[in-house]
Amino acid sequence: MIANYGYKDGSGEYYISIDTDKCIDCAAERACLKACPQQMFEIITDDYDDEVAWVKKEKTRALAYDCAACKPAGGYTSLPCTTACTPGAIKHSW
Amino acid sequence: MNAEVAAATAAPEKKEFWRWQENTWYDESKNWKDAKIITCGIDVGSVSSQAVLVCDGELYGYNSMRTGNNSPDSAKNALQGIMDKIGMKLEDINYVVGTGYGRVNVPFAHKAITEIACHARGANYMGGNKVRTILDMGGQDCKAIHCDDKGKVTNFLMNDKCAAGTGRGMEVISDLMQIPIAELGPRSFDVETEPEAVSSICVVFAKSEALGLLKAGYTKNMVIAAYCQAMAERVVSLLERIGVEEGFFITGGIAKNPGVVKRIERLLGIKQIDTKIDSQIAGALGAALFGYTLMQKQAAK
Repeated sequence: MIANYGYKDGSGEYYISIDTDKCIDCAAERACLKACPQQMFEIITDDYDDEVAWVKKEKTRALAYDCAACKPAGGYTSLPCTTACTPGAIKHSW
Repeated sequence: MNAEVAAATAAPEKKEFWRWQENTWYDESKNWKDAKIITCGIDVGSVSSQAVLVCDGELYGYNSMRTGNNSPDSAKNALQGIMDKIGMKLEDINYVVGTGYGRVNVPFAHKAITEIACHARGANYMGGNKVRTILDMGGQDCKAIHCDDKGKVTNFLMNDKCAAGTGRGMEVISDLMQIPIAELGPRSFDVETEPEAVSSICVVFAKSEALGLLKAGYTKNMVIAAYCQAMAERVVSLLERIGVEEGFFITGGIAKNPGVVKRIERLLGIKQIDTKIDSQIAGALGAALFGYTLMQKQAAK
């Protein structure tokens, strides 16, 4: 399953996409949890009883602000979460 | 002060134009007492709450009402509404699944499942296994969902930042225009020429813009049409991000507004799959069906 969290408004599109099928066989040992300086991810058991990463509910409304902290330093290709997530399960739309 | 003077000076009763009809339905051709497994889905949304009863995997009845300021009470009241009609007690229900915004606050639920999975499952039941793309237009958010032929979610996109493009936004316009919410859709087509969509992407600014249009000489119907078009454009852009496949289905309260639905169909160039079941109960129905599957799994062990 591809889970897209975020929104689109007048300033642009803000989505984090998580490929939960890749999460199930995580080779990075859930490194995304520690890698995100804003602690946005957590591991949950989804509706189909699979353990996957997702964006914490309270963080889904603040992605544009929370993620912005990593953008100027890391650029668009080397964000802490996408780098730590070796299977490439996490993507950003901006 | 005599009664006539008192009546004349009393504040006029404030009509709530946004208040939609709450409804209860059950299948009178069946008797729930004949069922082996009865499951219930409770969808506590931000604006409305639904309780759906499923007997042996088939929809039996439902109750839809406004969510109050307390999620547990809203869940209880929604279920009580249908149980009272059919003479059922909570003990008669084998399994209860909570879903929606307040799903973790359903005190008697055995399990909570996200509304994304429940809407997909409900849409699969209501529209059949051809359903692939679902647009859930709720009270305060919209979700675009892809599912497989069994109703399992394969891709979803949630957009819960803004009320524009949601049921609450439509309620604000209904109140502003002083037109009952159920009439907005049909009236949006009662215009000679289709106006430009409201340009504001925020419901607060959209309300101001609608007022400005009225002052500029737009009729109420034109303003409603402009708002319905804006809402349709907004959700279509959401859908375009994950793509729309054949087998399109709309769930949630806004699905009952033809002014928005027909404009979405026009923009996408495809028609949604029709159903005779109230689209607003899709989430609760999906939750009840999940409950039925879980009961079957338990019985098979």
